[in-house]
Order: sequence, then structure tokens, then C-alpha cells
Amino acid sequence: MLIMNALKGDRGGQILLGVLLVLVIAVPLLNLMLPPDHLLHIPTYTVTLMGKYLTLALLAVAVDLVWGYLGILTLGHAAFFALGGYAMGMYLMRQIGDRGVYGNPDLPDFMVFLNWDALPWFWSGFDQFWFAALMILLVPGVLAFVFGALAFRSRVSGVYLSIITQALTYALMLAFFRNEMGFGGNNGLTDFKELLGFDLQSDVTRLGLFVASALALALGYLLCRVLMAGRLGRVCVAIRDAESRARFIGYRVENVKLGVFTVSAMLAGVAGALYVPQVGIINPGEFSPLNSIEVVVWVAVGGRATLYGAVVGALVINYAKSYFTAELPEVWLFALGGLFVLVTLLLPRGITGLLRRKEASA
Amino acid sequence: MSVTTVFEQILDREHVYPFMQAGRHPNIDASHNVLLYLEGISVSFDGFKAINDLNLYINDGELRCIIGPNGAGKTTMMDIITGKTTPDSGSAWFGQTINLLELDEPAIAQAGIGRKFQKPTVFEFLSVVENLELSMEGDRGLWSIIRGKLSGEQRDHLHHVLDMIGLGEQGALRAGSLSHGQKQWLEIGMLLMQRPRLLLVDEPVAGMTHQEMDRTAELLISLAGEHSVVVVEHDMDFVRNLAGKDRTVTVLHQGSVLAEGTMAQVQDNRKVVEVYLGE
Repeated sequence: MLIMNALKGDRGGQILLGVLLVLVIAVPLLNLMLPPDHLLHIPTYTVTLMGKYLTLALLAVAVDLVWGYLGILTLGHAAFFALGGYAMGMYLMRQIGDRGVYGNPDLPDFMVFLNWDALPWFWSGFDQFWFAALMILLVPGVLAFVFGALAFRSRVSGVYLSIITQALTYALMLAFFRNEMGFGGNNGLTDFKELLGFDLQSDVTRLGLFVASALALALGYLLCRVLMAGRLGRVCVAIRDAESRARFIGYRVENVKLGVFTVSAMLAGVAGALYVPQVGIINPGEFSPLNSIEVVVWVAVGGRATLYGAVVGALVINYAKSYFTAELPEVWLFALGGLFVLVTLLLPRGITGLLRRKEASA
Repeated sequence: MSVTTVFEQILDREHVYPFMQAGRHPNIDASHNVLLYLEGISVSFDGFKAINDLNLYINDGELRCIIGPNGAGKTTMMDIITGKTTPDSGSAWFGQTINLLELDEPAIAQAGIGRKFQKPTVFEFLSVVENLELSMEGDRGLWSIIRGKLSGEQRDHLHHVLDMIGLGEQGALRAGSLSHGQKQWLEIGMLLMQRPRLLLVDEPVAGMTHQEMDRTAELLISLAGEHSVVVVEHDMDFVRNLAGKDRTVTVLHQGSVLAEGTMAQVQDNRKVVEVYLGE
């Protein structure tokens, strides 16, 4: 009921959810039922690539929630994504058991290599999936809550907030590079074998991960849409456009920002957790400040404050990235920069803004 | 409360529980007929005394005009009342019981003080009705914002305010598309949605046509009585129009009260003439 109301009038969202539904049904069929040499057969490699894009789209939705609706230009959301990814990676490391290179049943390979003789305390519990799942939500959520509480209470906003979000993700990157941190240092976590008992190399598991990513994106989208379609969404827009007015009619601006920021960080964590098993590795490079900036570019290209625009932007740019980095690797960064400049100059409301303009004039 | 009285209340069909009554800020105690007390307030920025031992009392239901040359401390005074600036010394009380210096902006707004900014500040992206709806009095907790829905009584109040500010036809328009004067009225309407006891209005007619000014004066005068209204304004014709023959006008100068009285008294005051016209 609530969901129906929220989706009423949200053409973009209806199309997005429809497309996701079709993908969830069609992709596994085309992958499993058709012979590999058939024209419409989708190879497993492509399925995994698409699944990866969908998790990045979820990250973009999370960023659009705070940037598009609340005006918080976060340049550190990849940190929450990476933390969710690390939580999943730790679970996957523990699942390896004695199948590692050193065959130690208790310790991941990199700890054996560093001559550690026991598992650090913060690794305990990660052999249980439910615990890892909880941490995927809690670790980014708690970090965002503490960080947000400090930043929003002291009324840091605008470009200063953007800078400290950059500092946050950069500091985390440096910390995770250290071997002493106990997260595999430079190399990160990799060589995963299985997830919940399913072999990560098998086609069926990869299809399952793809379907899970599509479902996570659909649910994440619905959550954000339901939140933003109600009064909270209008309060957010009010804060974005006239923060002091909102404060002087009695809204606790800090609390609204804190709540939405935390929800957004948790969504980013879920996206990271689904990303890691599909790419097979998580390392400190994911914390790189550049990654966070790239997400903002996706949202800007797709169209701010629409949610579905973020999905479109993430998919288009990442597809272009895969294509260009394979075919013309030296052109990619120029293409990305050029795209951003063009969109900012010619399409201030993003790609989906074109679609909406048509609708408005019709 | 004894068990029997509770029982009687439950059986009494006509009984009105406190939580059923509309919020009228029951804890504002203006029993001495004074709603706002500012006493001995001083504040300085980098050594510059913006407010210097200011004493000001606003009566319940009165319409007070405050005038003064640039830099007299009018806006700083509003900042202090609404919690944006904390004074170095002095006290500020809302009624007998609410100490304004202990509260922050949202808490002061919810206690019943509404403030209109100098520059019209409305939520341009939202419709006129949505602007008013957001300003509606009520719980501002995160959870009730998420679940927020209007009751029938609240809807009536909204339409009442919409007519009062003369935007009955424009309800569905985006606030950003309104004219300058209409934005000013919308902002006043947003304050009224909170059912405040005290309205602080900072230069409401800046940039308005004469016609719009007259309508604004009418609107503000009609609000006095039910609300206390404090108007800070530069435009002397407008102030003359508002103050009429017997309303009080306060002149601020260098952060303290220079003169207080009716418009005629103030205009004849030698100190006021000196400040405005030079020695």
C-alpha cells in the first residue's frame, strides 16, 4: 500500500523495477537454457559483469539519497561501500578453511605469512554468515552515525563537509594498507572459495549473486523512494534549499541529516558486500578518494534527486568504462572527464532530465 | 489521581483529556500581560558592541514596531530571541517560565516564536501548500516526519491560512514561481502554521509595491491580538501606517533603546531627530 502510493507518478521507478524484474527472469534462462554458441546466450562472464554494475548502481542510489535530496555532497561514500565489502570478505576468508596455500584451518593465508599465531579478536564471529551480515549493516552504519553526529552537530556543511568525507575515506585507505591492521594490507582479501556452501566459481552461484544484486537494488530503490515520497522527502528538500528556514520553523536539521546519512551508508555497505564475491577481491584501493568522486559523477550524469537517474548514470558510465578500458585504455579518463563537462554544461538535470522534459512538454 | 477519578473520567463521555486539546503552548505563562522580556542584554562581535544593555518588553497581543538606523542592532536582537546568537550577558524570557537562553533554534520555534527573515526565504522547489504543510505545528521527531499525515483539522487550518495570506488560488504552484511580495506573504503564512504566540517580522515590505505594502499592513494588524507581532522596518510610511495613533514604537540606536512611545511622541523626541538627521 505504502509502496504503491510511493510509486504512483514515479514513471522512472516503475520502468526501473520492470526492467530489473525482466532481467531477473531472463538472464538466468538465457544463460542456462541456451547452448553457448547460440546468438542470445549470455556468458557467465557477462552475468557477473552485470551483477557488478547493479551493486555499483545501488551505491549510486545511496549517494543520490544524501546528495540529491539533502544536498550533502559526500565524497567519501566509497568508504562505506568498502567497509561492507571487507565485512563480506572476512566471512569469505573464513570459509576458505584449510584450502588455503598454507593449509592452516584456523588462520587466513596472509596471517600465516605474517607469522601470526592466533586470529585477532575482531575476526571472531566472521565464520558465521549471520554475524557477517549484521556487520555489513552495522559497521558502515555506526561509522556514518558517529561521523555524522560530529559533523552535523557542529554544523559543518557545504564544501567543508565534502573535504572531511574525502579525508575520512583517505584515512581509512592508509589504515587498511598497513599489514598490522589485520585486513591483509596491500593485497587485501582474495582467493575466496565459497559463499554459504556454494562454489563461487560455479555458474549457478554467479547467477544467484546476480539475482541477489538485482533484488538488493530493487529493495534499496523502494526503501529510498518510500522515504522520499512522504513528508521526510519534503523536509529533506526543504533543508537542501533553505536550511536555516527549516531550522527556524522547528526542524532539528542535524537529526534528519544524521538519520538519512546513516541509512545511506548502510545501503552502500550492502552494495559493497554484494560486489566483493562477484569481483573476487577486496583491497584498500576501494577506499581511494577517486572512487567516491566517480560515484558523484555517475549521479550527476544520470540526474540528481531522482534515484532512478543514479541507476542510469551508474550503468551507462560503468558500461562505457568496461568498453573503453578494454578497447582504448588511454582514452577512458578523457572520455569520463569530457562526459562530465558535457553533461554539466548541456544537461544540468542529467540524462534522465531529457526524458522528464519530454514528459513535461507532452 | 485516584482510581475512582480515572474510572469516572472513562465513564464520562464528555470528558476532554489534555492530550486531546489542540496545542496552545500551555506552558507559556503571560499572566503579567508581558510575553517577552529582554533585560540587560549585551553582545559584542570582535570588540564591537552590537547590543548594549538592551531592555525591551513586549506585551501579550500587541503589535510593536521597531525602527532604527543601520547597525542599530535590530537583526542581532532577533538572532538572540530566536537562539541563533548567545548574548554575553543579560536574560531573555518568553512568558514567566521559558528561559530562551537555554534553548536552541528548533526548540524556540516549537515553543511558539516564529521568525520571518529579511530576504524572503521559502522552499522554492516545493508547492505553496507543501511549504505550509511543512511548517504545520506538531511533532518534529524523525519518526513522526516519516509517518507524517494531515488530520482534517490541520487541513482546515492550512486552508484558513492560505486564504488569509491571499494565496488561495496559488496553492498548487511552486513557491519559486511566486512574485517577491507573494513569497513574503507565504513566509508569514508559514509562521502562522506554527500557531506562534510571538511573530518576529524583519523588514516585511522591502521591495514591495505600494499596493502590496497596504495589504501587508492589513495582514499584520489583523494578526495582532491573537499573536504578539514585532515588526522591524525601515520604511517610515509603512511604520506610520502600522503604528497608527496609539501603538508603541521603539527606536533602537547603537544597541540599546533610545526612545519608546507612540509614533507622534517618537517623532518629536529630540534625541531621535538627532540620530536620524545628524547633529
